[in-house]
Amino acid sequence: MTSDSQGLSRSMHLGASTRGETVHPIMELRNLDVYYGSFHAVRDISLDVGANQITAFIGPSGCGKSTVLRCLNRTNDLVPSARVTGVIDYRGQDLYAATVDPIEVRRRVGMVFQKPNPFPKSIFDNVAYGPRVTGMKLDKSETADLVEHALSKAGLWSEVKDKLDQSGFALSGGQQQRLCIARAIATSPDILLMDEPCASLDPIATSLIEDLMLELVNDYTVVIVTHNMQQAARVSDRTAFFSARVDDAGQRYGHLVEMDQTSKIFTNPSDSRTEDYISGRFG
Amino acid sequence: MNSSVKIDDFSLRSSSLRIGERIIRGTLFAASAFSVLITIGIVWSLLVPALEFFRQVPVMDFLTGTRWAPRFKPASFGVLPLIVGTLWTTTIALIVAVPFGLGSAMYLSEYASDKTRRRLKPVVELLAGIPTVVYGFFAIEFVTRVVLKDWMGLDVGTFSVLSAGLVMGVMIIPTVASLSEDALSAVPLAMRQGSFALGANKMQTTLRVVFPAAFSGIAAAVVLGISRAVGETMIVALAAGNKPNISSNPLEGAQTMTGFIANAALGDSRVGSLEYDTLFAVGLLLFMSTLIINFISIRLVRRYREAY
Ligand SMILES: Nc1ncnc2c1ncn2[C@@H]1O[C@H](COP(=O)(O)OP(=O)(O)OP(=O)(O)O)[C@@H](O)[C@H]1O
Ligand SMILES: [Mg+2]
Repeated sequence: MTSDSQGLSRSMHLGASTRGETVHPIMELRNLDVYYGSFHAVRDISLDVGANQITAFIGPSGCGKSTVLRCLNRTNDLVPSARVTGVIDYRGQDLYAATVDPIEVRRRVGMVFQKPNPFPKSIFDNVAYGPRVTGMKLDKSETADLVEHALSKAGLWSEVKDKLDQSGFALSGGQQQRLCIARAIATSPDILLMDEPCASLDPIATSLIEDLMLELVNDYTVVIVTHNMQQAARVSDRTAFFSARVDDAGQRYGHLVEMDQTSKIFTNPSDSRTEDYISGRFG
Repeated sequence: MNSSVKIDDFSLRSSSLRIGERIIRGTLFAASAFSVLITIGIVWSLLVPALEFFRQVPVMDFLTGTRWAPRFKPASFGVLPLIVGTLWTTTIALIVAVPFGLGSAMYLSEYASDKTRRRLKPVVELLAGIPTVVYGFFAIEFVTRVVLKDWMGLDVGTFSVLSAGLVMGVMIIPTVASLSEDALSAVPLAMRQGSFALGANKMQTTLRVVFPAAFSGIAAAVVLGISRAVGETMIVALAAGNKPNISSNPLEGAQTMTGFIANAALGDSRVGSLEYDTLFAVGLLLFMSTLIINFISIRLVRRYREAY
């Protein structure tokens, strides 16, 4: 265990940047509660997402990381039974206010899913999809430039530049995931959400995507869910540790244990549960 | 655990279970062989009299002739009028069935709530359970007489391909709707989420992502609709009439391939006569048409199948 956590802190000092230690929140979650039907899945989450930072959500399976992440761009609206209460303040507006159009939210807050989900279209059309549906008025060459730009950013351009008209399904899993990232980048979102983006990838593809996140964060804000402690330590600026506990009625629910600078969470967490989880003593 | 375990129990010789498996395998094979044999039998029984027919009437005269009068003296065996009649009724049926079928499939799969879907789908499928003779009757008595003549004031006779085609289209809606709905629902939710997460709205997601993903299934549904329309007999026999007719006017009646067979099979043609063999020649043509349609459908499904 000791050697492991030493390894962690070493890689963290090598990898994680020293980007702004003070948080300029771009999103502020206040007392967020999520219900699936009558199941009160996630309770009382309050946290800040810093602008131009990578925020990591970590914690055991089923503690509500994906649920909270999906609230940040209102993809939970697509789950018929889901209901959200509380406030998510994004640049001075509450994402869940009645006047807010979820489609407009998703145009600004993009998302990459755990499992690559390319569309049944060519590689080119996959990337051009977002700009097209959001009504960006681009002519042919502008679209082509944008596609090249997005694919280059996702580190995929050199691998696919000669087969842009082939189906997105014809790529390997890791390439598909980078295609999905390129697709999300093409709409120039303000914030990019990534739910375990490397879960189905090999170490090489994973490190490509980590490099990409570190590059993206110059222009965007990134929120990532990960089960990989090293990954959280390597790339993120701030880390939120979620956990599950059982209420008086015997219902298991997710809550936020603590959130802090990643270096602090991994070396000197305030809560012993965080330390237990990170050092693998959980459960 | 068990004291009676002997080294013998590790024997690699097959146990008696394998015999049961062989019997099951044999039975299942017999079941599939049976349907293959029946198909071969049908083709054979069509082929023999049809070949007899083509010994007397050249294939080219049959396929390109424009006058169909097998009972007249002199008889004429140009099958084009029957093909044109079939094309008319099938095309009109598709013009009805494809938009309504796909529309209701999209509504049921993408827009309707679970509750609405559970209630509406059986109602749509109910249309498929109505006997075709009832549809035929409905075509003559209601669609031709009331809708086309009275309401729309069209100059339509008792029989018309328009009426037959429209009603046949209604009959095929559930086939197209139900199979397309299955294809649309089979598209993974993740794909829709991917589209919504990029800021697409429901219609964009349905038309640009879900529909292309389900394309092979939808094509199969439409093709099955086409073969049902081509093979449908009762509605056209009742509502389209039995006058072979190459016409550009859908308000006129016409005989289809199936209409001719139904009509002639009821007649008193002597076994072995040319008139009798004519039935089988048209039957063979019909069989070949649906075979070709099915073949195209298999190709389409293969070509557009998406591996999600
Ligand atoms: N669509 C849904 N309908 C009902 N319950 C759901 C739904 N999605 C998630 N839940 C429940 O909400 C709780 C939190 O799930 P969530 O997927 O957010 O966890 P997670 O932290 O992302 O887990 P993992 O690390 O395994 O992905 C779980 O108890 C889960 O069963
Ligand atoms: Mg999750």
